[in-house]
Amino acid sequence: MSQELLDLIVEKIHTLQGEEVIEEAKLNFEKPMIILGSDHWNLATAKLLHDEESLQFDFLSCVTGVDYEEHMEVIYNLYSTKLDHYLYLKVKTPREEPVIMSADQVWKAADYMERETYDLLGIDFPGHWRLKRILLEDDWEGHPLRKDYITDKKALGLD
Amino acid sequence: MSELKTETMTLNMGPQHPSTHGVFRLQLKVDGETIKEAIPVMGYLHRGSEKLAERFLYSQFIPYTDRLDYLNAMTNNYVYCAAIEDLLEWEVPERAEYLRVITMELNRIASHLVWWGTYLLDIGAMSPFLYAFRDRETILDRLNEISGARMTFNYHRIGGVKWDSPDGWIEKVQETVKELYENIQEFNVLVTGNEVFRARTIGVGRLSKEQVINWGLSGPIARGSGIAIDVRKTEPYSIYDRFDFEIPTEQEGDVFARYKVRIAEMFQSLRIIEQACEQIPEGDIITKKGKRLMMIKPPAGEVYRRAEASKGEIGVYAISNGKNKPYRIKLRRPSFVNVSILQHLLVGESIQNLVAIFGSLDVVLGEVDA
Repeated sequence: MSQELLDLIVEKIHTLQGEEVIEEAKLNFEKPMIILGSDHWNLATAKLLHDEESLQFDFLSCVTGVDYEEHMEVIYNLYSTKLDHYLYLKVKTPREEPVIMSADQVWKAADYMERETYDLLGIDFPGHWRLKRILLEDDWEGHPLRKDYITDKKALGLD
Repeated sequence: MSELKTETMTLNMGPQHPSTHGVFRLQLKVDGETIKEAIPVMGYLHRGSEKLAERFLYSQFIPYTDRLDYLNAMTNNYVYCAAIEDLLEWEVPERAEYLRVITMELNRIASHLVWWGTYLLDIGAMSPFLYAFRDRETILDRLNEISGARMTFNYHRIGGVKWDSPDGWIEKVQETVKELYENIQEFNVLVTGNEVFRARTIGVGRLSKEQVINWGLSGPIARGSGIAIDVRKTEPYSIYDRFDFEIPTEQEGDVFARYKVRIAEMFQSLRIIEQACEQIPEGDIITKKGKRLMMIKPPAGEVYRRAEASKGEIGVYAISNGKNKPYRIKLRRPSFVNVSILQHLLVGESIQNLVAIFGSLDVVLGEVDA
């Protein structure tokens, strides 16, 4: 069933954006996973996933940012409360200037989770209604979850 | 007479306000008694849990999960261990799964009891708090007997649980369950029908179905608005598919509906514990490989694992690169997502309702700030 869902999602995105926008589509622990480049992640695609009759991913469960050193990724875990199916949606972005369209415009659940990702990883989310640090102080320097972040023990009072 | 000139005033509620039960600040703009804008400010308790996870061996991170939602630590333990078990593709012994379910459900009741007591305290009823904590203490005694700690249990392990139940523990739990049935029913009779309580809660802080789904709210908040999402049913984990229980929902979506859902959930948890205590088999409590804590090394891969905590859907996104430390652990904390609705929900409300609404979300700040 998951394979059918995966094929369906791929087909819908291809009809919307043309072939070869999806970098990879596979099953991860029996759930569909789709990998997109950040230039192909746009409002129309987000709305397609949210609104399309056969998809209806209305519940955004989790937003995860990852620093892979060569590039960065944000993973959206989507769930459909009506049709009871899941999707891992991965959006890749270059590390030098990590920019990913905000999903906050479609799923309000992304509001805090994207702010957290911005705070801890320094990924910019254009379209977010109030993108600023959330867990760390406003004047904090750097983004701790980046792999090259150096913990300044003196400044933290640990040394 | 010329029209009365009014001004908006900025009011900081917190970070040390008693109703937050932690450190949390609300920046309010009020016009008279009406809230015009509410901006939650958090992070006072931020410990960098996700960053710490990358520095430890897989098994060493379990105690840190206790400190997220410290009122419901068993589920936090579970969801982290389950995510790593997924990566390792391990099977967990039957007895361990039963012990996990019993401890998780006992903990859920304890968490709801704390909410019940403190919520009524927040809106002005002193004595229910004492009753709730009396019963919570009985549950914590049971959990202490099996794990050696009252709140930060560190009990679940990757591949099983740490300790087997002491002699006679299951029978003790069965007795506790019987006691709780009566006591919770008593709470229900004492408070639920109370005229003052109803006046404070019915019709206050309404959330529609669409809002709940779009803002990613989960747990009793979602079920209070008529959305029957509960990971235990929608994607049964552990051995939840073996038990007969229901997902209580209410349609109104107000504070009172969330209250009723939590009360009903406690009874469902008792039902699950009863069944688990009857079915629990003898056997191992942890896999052989799981005993070698330092040797846990999942193959490269990633997985997102969810579970139903007392506050809502808790999730762990675990990424392994084949080494003995996690590459990335993302914690989806239900309170963190649930609290985001405040900036929307409080606007236009009267300031008297603020604490009644905020309390009804059942937010734990240790979890919000991670």
